[in-house]
Order: sequence, then structure tokens, then C-alpha cells
Amino acid sequence: MSGPQELPIVTNGDVVLVRQQVRSLAAEIGLSLVEQTKIVTAASELARNALVHAGGGRVLIQVLEGGRRPGLRLVFSDEGPGIPDVDQALTEGWSTAGGLGLGLSGSRRLVDEFDLVSAPGEGTRVTVTKWAR
Amino acid sequence: MERVPILKLGDILIVSIQIDLDDQSVLALQEDLADMVVSSGARGVIIDITAVEIVDSFIGRMLSTIAAMTRMLDAETVVVGMRPAVAITLVELGLSLGGVRTALNLEKGVAMLEHVRGAAG
Repeated sequence: MSGPQELPIVTNGDVVLVRQQVRSLAAEIGLSLVEQTKIVTAASELARNALVHAGGGRVLIQVLEGGRRPGLRLVFSDEGPGIPDVDQALTEGWSTAGGLGLGLSGSRRLVDEFDLVSAPGEGTRVTVTKWAR
Repeated sequence: MERVPILKLGDILIVSIQIDLDDQSVLALQEDLADMVVSSGARGVIIDITAVEIVDSFIGRMLSTIAAMTRMLDAETVVVGMRPAVAITLVELGLSLGGVRTALNLEKGVAMLEHVRGAAG
């Protein structure tokens, strides 16, 4: 299977490409249709976040093998303004961009592991992992 | 950006989303639909998402917006053909699509519109 690959997130079209690539790898490692849909939806939210809040970023897509079950890990990173209050940003309904405020809190519910590192002026990195059942 | 075609059948507008929606296409569809509801005098809108593999918060919000917008323009919107995996994911994401009527397929969607209009008329 392929090694890690990095995709840019600079345009709306890139968000679509990220979704397609995540879908294709999720199917390849044997995630169920529901699990595929969840990780692709989370990828769509996080890619849009990078685009809207940071003016763009990138995602590193990694297939995790060698463990008991295969998994898919996505690392979204940007050099945007960062998030001053991470706890608040993860609160459902909290929004700075006029959205529904479901992007971060919702994505966290759709994946098995979720890690967010951010500080003002230092950009944001969100790592999500989905394991095959 | 790709545009989603809007078909007219009697006084119903039918939108079948067959492309991988980017955010610009979503916004364009909202505007095109509002214009066409007014210009055609349609009383109902059916949005078929049979081919849509994911509905994220942006697309979900579009569906709610279209439903609210067409209602103001005197037309009801029904979303049809949602995949089971999409429904499961939407609920877990926290989106309940409040205010959006749904039906399992196109046929049931048309029947629902007729029922709504019958009750109103």
C-alpha cells in the first residue's frame, strides 16, 4: 500500500480532492461504508476549516498498518491565526465563521482518535484516526 | 465550478445532485433555485441526494437554507434518497436537518408534495 501522502488545501476544489482521496484509501483498507462516510465527512469539515479559518493548509494522509487492525490517520495543518481557546473551539455551537459550529466538535465524534494542537499565531494541527473494526 | 441542473416537471422543480459538491457549487445552487422557484412559479422542490456520498455541515446547512428559502417563496422542499450511512453520519455530526422534509425516494417525495398541497389547499 502507498506511503504517506500530502495534499494541499488551497481551493474549494482541493477540499473535494481530499474527500475523494480519503474515501479511496478508507475503502482500500477495508473500513465499512458507514466508517468510510464518517471519516470522509470529518475530512471535509477539517479541510474546510483550514481553508476558511487559515486561508489554506495541507493534509497528510497515512495508512496505518502492522497493528491488529488497519487504520487511516489524517493530519490537517495550517499556519493560520491559531485558536486562542481550544476548549471553547471544541464546544458544540461555537463558531467564529458564521457556521453552525459543528466542524470541530462534530468531526471529533466521527473519528476514533482526535488531537488538536494550536496556539495564537502558531497555526493549528488536527490529527484524526479511524480504525477498521 | 460545476452547476447542478434544475429540471421542471409541472409545478415541481427537481434537482438531482450527481457531482461531488464543492462549496461554490452549493451556493450557486441555492441562488439558482431561488430564482427558478420565482420565475417558474413552482410549488414544490425535490432535491435528490441518492448519489451524494457525504453530507457535511456545509451541505447540510444548504439543505436547511433551501427548505426555509423556498417556503418563503411559497414552495415546499423535500429531500429524497438519503443513503443510510449519510443519515447515521449526520446524526453523529450533530445535524438533524430541522425543518427539512425528507422522503425515501423520488416517488414518495412527489406524493408528499401533493399531500402537503392538498392539506394546504
